[in-house]
Amino acid sequence: MSLTSDAAATGALTPTKPKASRLSRERIRSAWLFLAPMLIVLAAVALYPLYRTIYFSFTDASLDLLGEARWVGFRNYLEYLDYGNGQGEYFGLLVDARWWRSVWNTVWFAVVSVALETVFGLIIALVLFRKFPGRVWVQAAVLIPWAIPTIVSARMWAWMMHDQFGILNDMLERVGLIDTPIAWTASPETAMIAVIIVDVWKTTPFMALLILAGLQMVPQDIYEAAKLDGVPPFRLFRKVTLPLIMPAVLVAVVFRALDALRVFDIIYVMTPNTDSTRSMSVFARENLFDFDQFAYGSAASTLLFFIIALMTISFIYLTRMNLEGDER
Amino acid sequence: MTAPRWLKTAGFYVLVAIIFLQAVFPFYYAILTSLEDGQALFDVNYLPAVFDLSNYRSMLADGVFGKQILNSVFVATVTVAISLFLAITASFALARIRFRGRGLLLLTILSVSMFPQIAVLSGLFELVRAFGLFNSLWSLVFSYMIFTLPFTVWVLTTFMRALPVEIEEAAIMDGASSFTIIRRVFLPLLWPAMVTTGLLAFIQAWNEFLFALTFLSTDSQRTVPVAIALISGRSEFEVPWGNIMAASVIVTLPLVALVLIFQRRIVSGLTAGAVKG
Repeated sequence: MSLTSDAAATGALTPTKPKASRLSRERIRSAWLFLAPMLIVLAAVALYPLYRTIYFSFTDASLDLLGEARWVGFRNYLEYLDYGNGQGEYFGLLVDARWWRSVWNTVWFAVVSVALETVFGLIIALVLFRKFPGRVWVQAAVLIPWAIPTIVSARMWAWMMHDQFGILNDMLERVGLIDTPIAWTASPETAMIAVIIVDVWKTTPFMALLILAGLQMVPQDIYEAAKLDGVPPFRLFRKVTLPLIMPAVLVAVVFRALDALRVFDIIYVMTPNTDSTRSMSVFARENLFDFDQFAYGSAASTLLFFIIALMTISFIYLTRMNLEGDER
Repeated sequence: MTAPRWLKTAGFYVLVAIIFLQAVFPFYYAILTSLEDGQALFDVNYLPAVFDLSNYRSMLADGVFGKQILNSVFVATVTVAISLFLAITASFALARIRFRGRGLLLLTILSVSMFPQIAVLSGLFELVRAFGLFNSLWSLVFSYMIFTLPFTVWVLTTFMRALPVEIEEAAIMDGASSFTIIRRVFLPLLWPAMVTTGLLAFIQAWNEFLFALTFLSTDSQRTVPVAIALISGRSEFEVPWGNIMAASVIVTLPLVALVLIFQRRIVSGLTAGAVKG
């Protein structure tokens, strides 16, 4: 967290004032020059496409006729269709039960998986924080799920969760927890559980590493003092360790939550076309490319973007993130 | 309440064993499956029973999979090279020069890294088609910038800020231009950081699925994640699990090896990328 070097840099240069200001003017000009290529590329891959996505959500664009998209206002979001006989009906994303189901699925997925990852990540971090023989090996092993591509983990687990030949059912039967095999990914009741298991397995290492980094920043003399005073370990953890690592944990939770809200790969590969797991991203992509509803899919993407943007902004505001890296 | 000491130690090691096993077992089981063929596949084994390389042979003999691996190598390498090149000067400016709007800029870059990919998919699809890049690997190199660039800029900025000022001051006193400072002073010091960042960006690009699924349409152009996701049999009961596991092991083993070799660096790179602030 020693990011405060450049404050000292300008301080060191102030004595020769006139020269320094010319120098710093030059440096500022070169700064923008150095930034320009990166900013242009980012604008081309992020800002412009985002603007186009939002634009398409207000049109009747279809996959093959993007160029002829006509402006239709809010019709993709909400539209009242009057049948002319005093009756009518609402259409659009905001009254689409399938959309709301996918919103609910995504939120449920994010809350449960991030909660489990936080608990398991904390446990693993606390274990790895202790010195014991073979710790290097355990830490290396913990990284393996993280290194495996999401698609590969989805496939691996789909095989382990196979209803007839899967090793997971075999294990559970041997232990006596179940007596008939579970159709993990095929049945609506367990599909979401299956997806969450894979996600938790894959991303807990990330959480554990971030929390471990937080633990390593806690000054060790606190623990020596506590030991001398004879504070019981659990109370020490609750009163000292937890509050001190809370900022690191919170950042990790937010990062994971934002990630979980855009979940796509695992669900698309493990449980395609199931109402019980369809996430917002899967919903949007289906409409964009499979159902020839490009504009409608764009509207769903736009809504997802605003949900995540809102969360990001409130997160930055709540944690008052120090972006300048100085003046602290 | 106070358990005997040996019991506590035993409990701790049981916990360690559980953590170790859950992390390693699925990959171990994928390797085990990939070495089984025919009927052996459908008996649940916990220990290696057969050693049959026919799944690997059939995957690699099929020329398309080899081509798909090369596609992934090409896309990930070029993406990383371009991102590092663009990020090194940008992060110098962000880390070392104070100017108005720097905080806002860092905030923008951070928020781009939090973009849901789906939110740019329609717009990117239009761009890719307009540039004539549909079904070309360059469409991926281009679109992957959306996550590799913010990430490399962010991490390199953090690393560069941690370097002492004195080296730079001396160079300024000698009248070196900013570009010379980057090339002669920072680049040699930043090698380790660039290797870490490059490796992490490589892994991200190697694993990407959504853009690769959308922008490539023929088998010979696909990258490996999409290829693995699309391997399927004629019916639900004919899914070639042995082949899928062999392909999975082939594309994962190099990554696992890299991660284990660069373990320490990766941990520091990940935490620099995430827990800043």
